Amino acid sequence: MPYLVRRAGHSAIMLLVVVSFVFFAGRMIGDPAIVMLGASASDTALEQLRNNLGLNDPLLMQYFRYVGGLVQGDLGVSFRYGFAQMPAERFMDGGGTPVMGLVLARLPQTLYLAAVALGGALALALVMGCLAAMYPRSWIDHLVNVLSLASVSVVQFWLGLVLIVLFAVHLGWLPTGGYGSWYHVILPALALGARPLGRVAQVTRSAMLDEMARPYVAAARAKGLPEHRIVSVHALKNAGIPVVTITGDELVQLVTGAILVETVFGWPGIGHLLVEALNNRDLPVLQGAILAVATLVIVVNLLVDITYTYLNPKVSLSSREN
Amino acid sequence: MNAMTEARTRVTGDRVDVSAAPIMSVEGLSVGFDTPHGPVQAVDNVSWSIRKGETLGIIGESGSGKSVGLETIMGLITSPPARISGQVLLDGQDILSMPQRQRRQLRGDRMAMIFQDALAALNPSLTIGTQISEVYRIRRGASRQAALDKAVELMDQVKIPSARSRLKAYPHEFSGGMCQRVMIAMALAMDPEILIADEPTTALDVTVQRQIMDLLQEVRRERGMSLILVTHDLGVVAECADRAVVMYSGRMAETATMRDLFRTPSHPYTRALLQAMPRVDARLERLQAIPGTPPTLSHIPSGCAFRPRCTFAQPRCAEEKPELRMLAAEHSAACHFAEAIREETSHD
Repeated sequence: MPYLVRRAGHSAIMLLVVVSFVFFAGRMIGDPAIVMLGASASDTALEQLRNNLGLNDPLLMQYFRYVGGLVQGDLGVSFRYGFAQMPAERFMDGGGTPVMGLVLARLPQTLYLAAVALGGALALALVMGCLAAMYPRSWIDHLVNVLSLASVSVVQFWLGLVLIVLFAVHLGWLPTGGYGSWYHVILPALALGARPLGRVAQVTRSAMLDEMARPYVAAARAKGLPEHRIVSVHALKNAGIPVVTITGDELVQLVTGAILVETVFGWPGIGHLLVEALNNRDLPVLQGAILAVATLVIVVNLLVDITYTYLNPKVSLSSREN
Repeated sequence: MNAMTEARTRVTGDRVDVSAAPIMSVEGLSVGFDTPHGPVQAVDNVSWSIRKGETLGIIGESGSGKSVGLETIMGLITSPPARISGQVLLDGQDILSMPQRQRRQLRGDRMAMIFQDALAALNPSLTIGTQISEVYRIRRGASRQAALDKAVELMDQVKIPSARSRLKAYPHEFSGGMCQRVMIAMALAMDPEILIADEPTTALDVTVQRQIMDLLQEVRRERGMSLILVTHDLGVVAECADRAVVMYSGRMAETATMRDLFRTPSHPYTRALLQAMPRVDARLERLQAIPGTPPTLSHIPSGCAFRPRCTFAQPRCAEEKPELRMLAAEHSAACHFAEAIREETSHD
């Protein structure tokens, strides 16, 4: 357990670094008041906004106030979100939309899309990789190689567009985009899952090939275990370490890939929110979305490390000794 | 015949019914591979048999085809990629011609195998308890708890102390000797009739070697199991085996009862091996090393493979491959001059 506590501590520090980066980067791109109100805003409006947001306070104080707000679940307030035109008086009354609510409303959709994409990709990739390793240099192996290479090489947003043209426009089987029932998720999940599918299948194949050549596999056969158990329990658990590493890696890519795929399919997730915020020059929402994405990445890495301790008993043991 | 039985009984301290039919017999087994350097013949026309309760030693240097032959018998090497011919008869049935599924049923149940490097042969990420009990659970349909109880019983038998508390331990938490005990327990789980031990003590300390050999003999005796002991250590075979097969470069050089092998070695290679062995009962100036190195399988000399290293070699040996010839009951050698050498050694 101390290992996990220490590892969680690392994650917390990482998160603080990201928060600091987001805060100071937000200040570096220019005066937040001008960024929000636009260059044409009057000096009085700008000054009032600065006062409202505490932008005239020393930077360090603003920073601690920002971090303090985050700890209490306050990501700030958006003055743009939901307003086509920017009514200046909105800022004056301190009105606006809490960013936390926006992020929390979008997060489940992104998690849903990522889970379907990665879950499907992972399941298929493990089967593909294991089959290829069980029958090396067979037609199955070659097919897996070609498929995984193709799905790694394809560009996500292009694949998204091709899928829309093929399955939505020409065949009319699936909706072009949007969010609703289960079939809305199929095309975006395909577009998002293609890359992890290929990468994980390739890594699984090579890791399984290595493991199947090890003496413990011969010993397992010698004691009369059925081959499916040797592959799916004995070898796969040892091949799991590189597979989990690459999956964690791909999951991080998946979160960033979601930004493009959500935009292509009009999927109301964090990525879509982030692009909207960029277009609207909506700094609080942008910061909130970035923080949400970064937190996801950090949590994924933590989960990957926890999975290692399960897969490799030596990891937890050696850290117990330290 | 009676005198021989008695002699063997004295040597090994227990009885083997020599009149009984063999439990397994290997007939003309050959195993070849296609390598980037051309085809190699790892095992060439090997025949031997083993009886119930017997210990058969298979002796040879590394690369002499000991392991390949036994892995073929176990079904760990299959055709393709290997080219396999000959027969392995178990209850009169040729197991080499059986379908894979049927052969798998034999593994564990009829024959099991333990390996040289026990730590590598154990799965690093599964607990000892799981690895010992899983076959029993899957093949016998036992419950998880019953299988774990069985594992504890087996661990007690191979003398792993405080067995139950170590069910959840991983292989890296064990010493080399303990890993070998775990592997023996694993191999015994299905109560096999034949246990193949491929250099079981090579990777261990001398004192631990002794314990493992004693343990193997003990479980063999208790279960009436047959033991095939593969080793390059003549000393190990001398103590444990009833009979031995000496392999050189994939072929059988000689096979005999232990008594005959030590008293009247009839192949120059066997003789050289014995002279290279330290003894307490004879005063020797120095140990005789065998000159040269064993041939690589892709460059086996013409005629007799041992010829370049043989002190008895004649021109004939380069042209004619010596066939295995019977010299006496249960004693055969593959040398053109086997009778002469046997005659000579018996007068030493």
